[in-house]
Amino acid sequence: MSLHIVVCVKHTPSATGGISIDASGKVKTDGLQYAINPFDEYAVEEALRIKERVAGSTVTALSVGPARAEEALRAALALGCDEGVLLSDPSFEGIDSYASAYLLSLAVKKLSASKPVGLALCGKQTNDNESGQVGQALAAWLEWPSAALIKKIPSIDAQKALVERSIEDGVETIELDLPAVLSVVKEINEPRLPSLKGKMASKKAVIPRWGAGDLQADAAVVGAAARVVPLASAPPPARGGGVLIQGASAQEKAAQLVEKLKELKFI
Amino acid sequence: MDYALTETQQEIVSLARQIAQKKIKPVREHYDQTEEFPWPIIEEFRKADILGVYLPEEYGGMGGCNMELVLVTEEISKACGGIALCIATSALCAIPILFFGTEEQRKRFLPQIASGKKLGAFAITEPGAGSDATATKCAARLEGDHYVLNGIKNFCSTGNAAEIYTVFATTNPLRGARGISAFVVEKGTPGFSFGKKEEKMGIRASPTYELVFDNCRIPKDNLLYKEGYGLFIAQATFDASRPGVGAQALGIAQGCLDETIAYIRQRKQFGQAVSSFQAIQHMMADCATSIEAGRALLYATANAMDRAIKPAVAKGIAEGRVIYDVMSELDTQRWTKESGMCKVFCSDTAMKVTTDCVQMCGGIGYMRDFPIEKYMRDAKITQIYEGTNQIQRNEIAMMMIKEAAAKSRKELVAA
Amino acid sequence: MILCIAEIRHGKLVPTVFELLTAGRKLADALGSPLAAAVVGGPAAAQAAAEAVAARGAERVYVLAHASLEQFLEEAHALALKGLIEKEKPAQVLLSSSALGRSLAPRLAVSLRTGLASDVTEVAVGPDKHMRVTRPAYGGNLVTQLSLTGRPEMATLRPMAYPRLEASGKKGEIIPFAVDPSVFKFKSRFVSFAPEQTSEVDLSSAEKIVSGGRGLGNAQGFELIRKLAQALGAGVGASRATVDAGWIPYRHQVGLTGRTVRPRLYVACGISGQIQHLAGMSASDVIVAINTDPNCPMMKLANYAVQGDLYEIIPAIIAELARVRGDAPHPAGAAA
Repeated sequence: MSLHIVVCVKHTPSATGGISIDASGKVKTDGLQYAINPFDEYAVEEALRIKERVAGSTVTALSVGPARAEEALRAALALGCDEGVLLSDPSFEGIDSYASAYLLSLAVKKLSASKPVGLALCGKQTNDNESGQVGQALAAWLEWPSAALIKKIPSIDAQKALVERSIEDGVETIELDLPAVLSVVKEINEPRLPSLKGKMASKKAVIPRWGAGDLQADAAVVGAAARVVPLASAPPPARGGGVLIQGASAQEKAAQLVEKLKELKFI
Repeated sequence: MDYALTETQQEIVSLARQIAQKKIKPVREHYDQTEEFPWPIIEEFRKADILGVYLPEEYGGMGGCNMELVLVTEEISKACGGIALCIATSALCAIPILFFGTEEQRKRFLPQIASGKKLGAFAITEPGAGSDATATKCAARLEGDHYVLNGIKNFCSTGNAAEIYTVFATTNPLRGARGISAFVVEKGTPGFSFGKKEEKMGIRASPTYELVFDNCRIPKDNLLYKEGYGLFIAQATFDASRPGVGAQALGIAQGCLDETIAYIRQRKQFGQAVSSFQAIQHMMADCATSIEAGRALLYATANAMDRAIKPAVAKGIAEGRVIYDVMSELDTQRWTKESGMCKVFCSDTAMKVTTDCVQMCGGIGYMRDFPIEKYMRDAKITQIYEGTNQIQRNEIAMMMIKEAAAKSRKELVAA
Repeated sequence: MILCIAEIRHGKLVPTVFELLTAGRKLADALGSPLAAAVVGGPAAAQAAAEAVAARGAERVYVLAHASLEQFLEEAHALALKGLIEKEKPAQVLLSSSALGRSLAPRLAVSLRTGLASDVTEVAVGPDKHMRVTRPAYGGNLVTQLSLTGRPEMATLRPMAYPRLEASGKKGEIIPFAVDPSVFKFKSRFVSFAPEQTSEVDLSSAEKIVSGGRGLGNAQGFELIRKLAQALGAGVGASRATVDAGWIPYRHQVGLTGRTVRPRLYVACGISGQIQHLAGMSASDVIVAINTDPNCPMMKLANYAVQGDLYEIIPAIIAELARVRGDAPHPAGAAA
């Protein structure tokens, strides 16, 4: 019994360190280099490994984004995914995780009409907005069980998955009936490099594009009546530097340091 | 600098770079110290399909030629010239088979090299025959359906890690240089064993071995082309492979310079970065200029060679013939002079650049736990193997004289 | 009403709810709304948690108790809370962006057909009376302000972003909320939990790293490094000298011949800062150095330098962290 696996990828800026904002507090996107979201590479790798574990399985990569997001799909194809579909439409511009997950759920349903999808994989978060919501939100839209922060999948077949999720003080083992959605963390695997043959093939691959009409998307859900409205962005407050922590005793110095770490939101 | 690489070439560079930086860089010091063969890296090469970039698609390669081999070798050498060497020796082994082998021989050996299933090596040097290959003593005697090999080859790079060897042995000692022939020998053939392993100054991740042939029987069909053509085959092979050595040298130089610049920008002396001193800046400029000049020469040569060679290769495969015969018919130019220039210039540049980089880094540049000194140790061999730079200069001058003579004959005839 | 969702982990209340209540108090005062909390869990744990929360800041505590809710399953918890929220209609809902919070909140938000702002570091009320939040993005290189306009307005708060509300002496009302078990047809099941002594955080993706150097004096010193790393949710790094001495495996080595790392926080303990080591970590956002020599390169490079014996300083830091956090183990999940 085989699995039709879907993996969700996003095309994001490669170097988040060079991000700058314009006068109105909007992120400047001109001239940025984009690539597949690094966290998604782990999801793609896991999808490919599950494909290898469960005989006869296939992997379809999905991405919500503008035309350039095709590159993320081609990267997934070069690694070994069987097909990629781009969900793109002018009305999808600037949407939040809630709407992205909705669109992905419509695509999963559309794919399931011809071949039922048994598993959807997502990365932990994106390296731009870092909300980390899409995986769980997708599961809610599909009304499928889900688990996040997955660091290992000890067993999986076409019906069930046994997964280990990372929580603060240890590891929980959960069993899910498929179809289900899993969000994975970087510890789960080491992503493979593409092969040249894979890259050449991915360049020639045809990537279908589904717009609002193809997905029969409800404009009210996708629409600009967004529920989470970005106002403005700014660089973070400057970190202090070159400070010798004062204190008469080890305890005093420790207290000072911990206070600083709290201020800087490290703890 | 934009070298107008094709999309495929850009993909090759990108992938080779990822392997070099992510997989090779973290372990190069380990392999340099232990001299273990980097099998895990070979596995990465195999998975990435980069070992066959220069071989025709018909044999499982990517259908590229010299330029693609140069690009891969250069990128990998930026991380470690020693690890890159096995790609170059596999090419040295494969090229004679490609150009001088029959369709049957090409089919028998090339797919395994293209896929990386087996690595290749090239065995011509002997204790008494270095620059002077005519002094080859290793002998091959025809006995019925087999050739029987006896003798010793030394300084064979990739040594015991390879499984396919192009070996040169004399089938007719009385004819001297014209009596040497080229053979393909497979590892595991009874009578073929390994002798001394060399301890080297640099490229220590590449095993250098003595090969011992003691009544080693190989099938008659393992002879390449015809008896007596051995040295000719070797020369033709070197013409095609010299850009690869140039690429290795250039990669070593570039990798070294990049890491040096990163260091001297943060290292401060007398209150300023080392890279801000004029003496250093002049050295930086000279290093970078030589590397760019070498690269321009290398890429131009590789591209020119490919334009000439690829049609001959395609025709030879299509017609099932020996490609060298097709090249002769098409009057394909010999590239001895140009490829020699690449090898000489790039290797001399690598030695100078790496030496200057150690100098720019100062004391730390000399220390084994800093990556720079390894580049200098690795660079030296590029001036020596595949024809010492002195021999190269001889060849270049000889070709210049031949060309001048041919030119003046033409003018005489025209006049 | 502002509703703060408490977390019960392994049958015990996690103190992050008191951080939510501090933030919630701020919103409640600005909006003139009541401040409530909800606890979800097995009957005994939920009751005990409700008592603790009612005694410390919540005016009202809803108790959703059922044997099926004993272990955390996002399907189950989301369904139970959906029932409560649809009935009581809080205008704002806050959760902690712990592992549980990250798993639960997006599912809950979609089931309520509302938006969610995750991992926020600040909450406020905008002039339009909607909740405004501040959160980091782009690897901490940007800080973004967002306005929430869905209903309810939902956000997950980064642990430790707000201090924990102290007990006020007033006791809130505890309100049991009936959970209808007939809707509990779940497609996932809790199997087991394994507590983890040391989580091996991958250095190259670690947000925080604690490294040990020759100043440790011996291999046992890394026990202390590991303890501090665990307390901070950090990876463990090492200088080359310690690896060469065999005190710790090579995969922990940071430096030119080891790994190059770019964490947000790098704590160097007993590391003098040789060029090779610095080259491997100088791009870290914030560097803390602990060393007896205030003039060594690492102390000079550090944003925060602590001079002293690390065998005194590090235990003091660990103790201080525990004090500041109360009972909770280190914040949000794997650093990757």
